[in-house]
Amino acid sequence: MKTRICLLIIVLSNALGNVVLGYGMRQIGSIASYSPLKLIVSSLRALSNPFVLLGVALLVVFFIAHMIVLSWADLSYVLIMTSAGYIVVAALGWWLLDEPIKPLRWIGILVITAGVVLVGGTPHSTLPERSAEPERNGSQARL
Amino acid sequence: MMIFFLLALVVLGTSLGDVFMTVGMKQHDIIDDFRPGPLGRSLAVIMRNRWIILSIAAFAVSFFGFMGLVSVADLSFAVPATASAYVIETVLAVWILKETVSRQRWLGAILVAVGVVLISL
Repeated sequence: MKTRICLLIIVLSNALGNVVLGYGMRQIGSIASYSPLKLIVSSLRALSNPFVLLGVALLVVFFIAHMIVLSWADLSYVLIMTSAGYIVVAALGWWLLDEPIKPLRWIGILVITAGVVLVGGTPHSTLPERSAEPERNGSQARL
Repeated sequence: MMIFFLLALVVLGTSLGDVFMTVGMKQHDIIDDFRPGPLGRSLAVIMRNRWIILSIAAFAVSFFGFMGLVSVADLSFAVPATASAYVIETVLAVWILKETVSRQRWLGAILVAVGVVLISL
């Protein structure tokens, strides 16, 4: 259960973080010069935008949750399960940005979904000393 | 030539970054206390793990490699090409991390790699 919650947080914070960050960066406009000084000025301007800050915060949440789940789950499990993010990004694009979903894209989404469902049916950890869900160690009360 | 060099940086950077991060996290106890204090203390310890530091460096290489790649190649080439990381990482998970990848999990990994290629064509 805790694995599933972590995966949900990873997928949602990554997808939303990228969308919100992209929205904020477009408000700032394209970065015209890559000279170090101008890049620093552009970065500071970007970080004064609330959407950029929220996007960065969400991506930090993503990174930490990704590390935490790997403290007990297999990489080969987490990697495939988090590819559900592609489905979320397509849905967000369609819903928020009115991006049409082409037939080939639909097929891709279905194929990814099939892969995620298959891997979701395998145990999240195959390393003997890590196979217990953390809540089985009596730590549930601490939440 | 430049494109394939950058592609290799992206795929190897991501794959090794994930593997190093998994090695580092498996050296640490399972994180099951999510209160801010204990979680912060765990993260402070983790950030000093050399595998975690190495993984962040590898992700940085991958990130800048991707920036370079999309500046010389189309996104419709860059994204599907990086989907190969799903297969490479699954191989590395068996070979280096000693995870047991069943036939079902292999099939899932291949489907996801194919699906990522399809959505970005």
